Amino acid sequence: MIIIGERINGMFRDIAQAIRERDPRAVIEWAKRQEAMGAGYLDLNVGPAVADRVSAMRWLVEVTQEASKLPLCLDSTDFDAIEAGLEVCKNPAMINSVPAIAEKMDRIFTMASKYNAEVIGLAMNEEGIPKDAESRVALAMELVANCDAYGVPIDSLYIDPLALPCNVGQAHGPEVFETLRQIKLLSDPPPKTVVGLSNISQGTKNRELINRNFAVMGMACGLDAAIADACDEELVAAVATARILLNMDIYCDSYVDVFKSQNQ
Amino acid sequence: MAVEVSKEKYRSQVREVVLGATKEEGGTRSHTVKVGGETALPFLHFEGEMPNRPVVAMEVWDIVPEEWPASLKSYFEDVYDDAGAWAKKCVEQYGADLIAIRFKSADPDIKDASAEDCIATLKKVLGSVGVPLIVYGCGKSDKDNSIIGPIAEAAEGENLLLGVAEQDNYKSVTSAAMAHKHSIIAQSPIDINIAKQLNILISEMSTPLLDRIIIDPTVAALGYGLEYSYSIMERARFGSLQGDRMLAMPTIANVGHEVWSKKEASISADDEPGWGDQAERSMAWEATTAMALIQGGMDILVMRNPRAVELIKKSIDDLMQDNS
Repeated sequence: MIIIGERINGMFRDIAQAIRERDPRAVIEWAKRQEAMGAGYLDLNVGPAVADRVSAMRWLVEVTQEASKLPLCLDSTDFDAIEAGLEVCKNPAMINSVPAIAEKMDRIFTMASKYNAEVIGLAMNEEGIPKDAESRVALAMELVANCDAYGVPIDSLYIDPLALPCNVGQAHGPEVFETLRQIKLLSDPPPKTVVGLSNISQGTKNRELINRNFAVMGMACGLDAAIADACDEELVAAVATARILLNMDIYCDSYVDVFKSQNQ
Repeated sequence: MAVEVSKEKYRSQVREVVLGATKEEGGTRSHTVKVGGETALPFLHFEGEMPNRPVVAMEVWDIVPEEWPASLKSYFEDVYDDAGAWAKKCVEQYGADLIAIRFKSADPDIKDASAEDCIATLKKVLGSVGVPLIVYGCGKSDKDNSIIGPIAEAAEGENLLLGVAEQDNYKSVTSAAMAHKHSIIAQSPIDINIAKQLNILISEMSTPLLDRIIIDPTVAALGYGLEYSYSIMERARFGSLQGDRMLAMPTIANVGHEVWSKKEASISADDEPGWGDQAERSMAWEATTAMALIQGGMDILVMRNPRAVELIKKSIDDLMQDNS
């Protein structure tokens, strides 16, 4: 499972301040720290409080790609901000995210095709997040069909089945795992899958434990990536271990260290 | 209708390792030999690159190899007293790409030769041939640890391939390779997990050495578990092509050593009439073992019988023909 490091986000005070003052130090520090801990991508989110998201995203991309060579995941509901980021990305990036809504898919998949970007597709539409696996899979199929129609390779599409916080939507858990399994049957090659890991534990008292368990259970169902706290050592160790148990990496005594260093 | 051949795509490749060093590079070799660099499974030229062909090293000992059967010994009878002449014969007459010198004389139970004695032999071989050299000790680790440093120092800059580092005994040879700019053989007992761990241990002492490691996965001769060696090699190669950097090293096999210690290679036709002529059988045993190994992705074969070497080199020529 690829960890998309979540820390460069304007929801955090240090990053919000960095963006406001255009002071790159906190961004550079978090980029380097997440890379050293085993992140495979860096999520960039300018946060809700910024007035000009377009220029903020452009600045964030420029600063981050100086500090790390990891691919970037441009995280915004403002598609103009995403496009501004893509324009300045030196390497292909990931777009986070698009729901299964026609006009939004039109804009995002056109952009993905133009900038050779990967896309996170959300298994939701105008009606919100479905309750069961079946409806989630139907929306996933819409994303797959559109992705293909716009000429974006299917394995550049990461479908997020949308897991709710486990203390709020406990019944969603098994539906999400079932969705992960079924998404892998939608096409050949199949799309990839992703979740926002920290969502699952929101408002609970055992956040890291819950995240870590969900990650491992998700991997067993075919989860390819998670937007997560790359600096959670136990999470990284759990992911490295699950990769060994699923025969995705060849075992050696130092397998956790090898996993951390693989993207460097 | 044309059949479309389905092709596998891999995201990574085997590291390329250079053996030997020319005068410009600080050594005295007439040329260097590159191994590794594959981006696909062996000889599938239509799926990826195989920039360097597998190479054959021939073994030279610094004593008369009494344990070799007469049919093998006869090829080198005129050169046993001179490792330099032996090496020269292997290169010029038998087409060896590399020479693997084995300092058997250093064995405390044989001659207990000193590092200085070994260095004198090494210099002789360096002077008589231009190909890069592989250096093995006597196989007894305490003694080998004490001579490898001085040997590496005396040949500084030659980029020898120094054998062997093992999980429980890798520091002396790693230090010697690090300090005097040589490459290193990392040997594991038919165990892919140890092969990977050993590379990590070596790289923890010296990161640049990662690009100068050759894995010896330890092979078995035909009839003695060759399939198991093969499956380990296959798994390591898949791993390296899929991005496992800690297993993405070229490989070396002690084919001659494995084959010639087996009864199938040495028992005479008088003792086992059903097995056929010993000279022919033993040659075929070595060639067949080597052949299976190059199909599994072996990059360097250390061999003994000149006729087996000839057969294998011919097979490598054929297999390296473009099939894309």
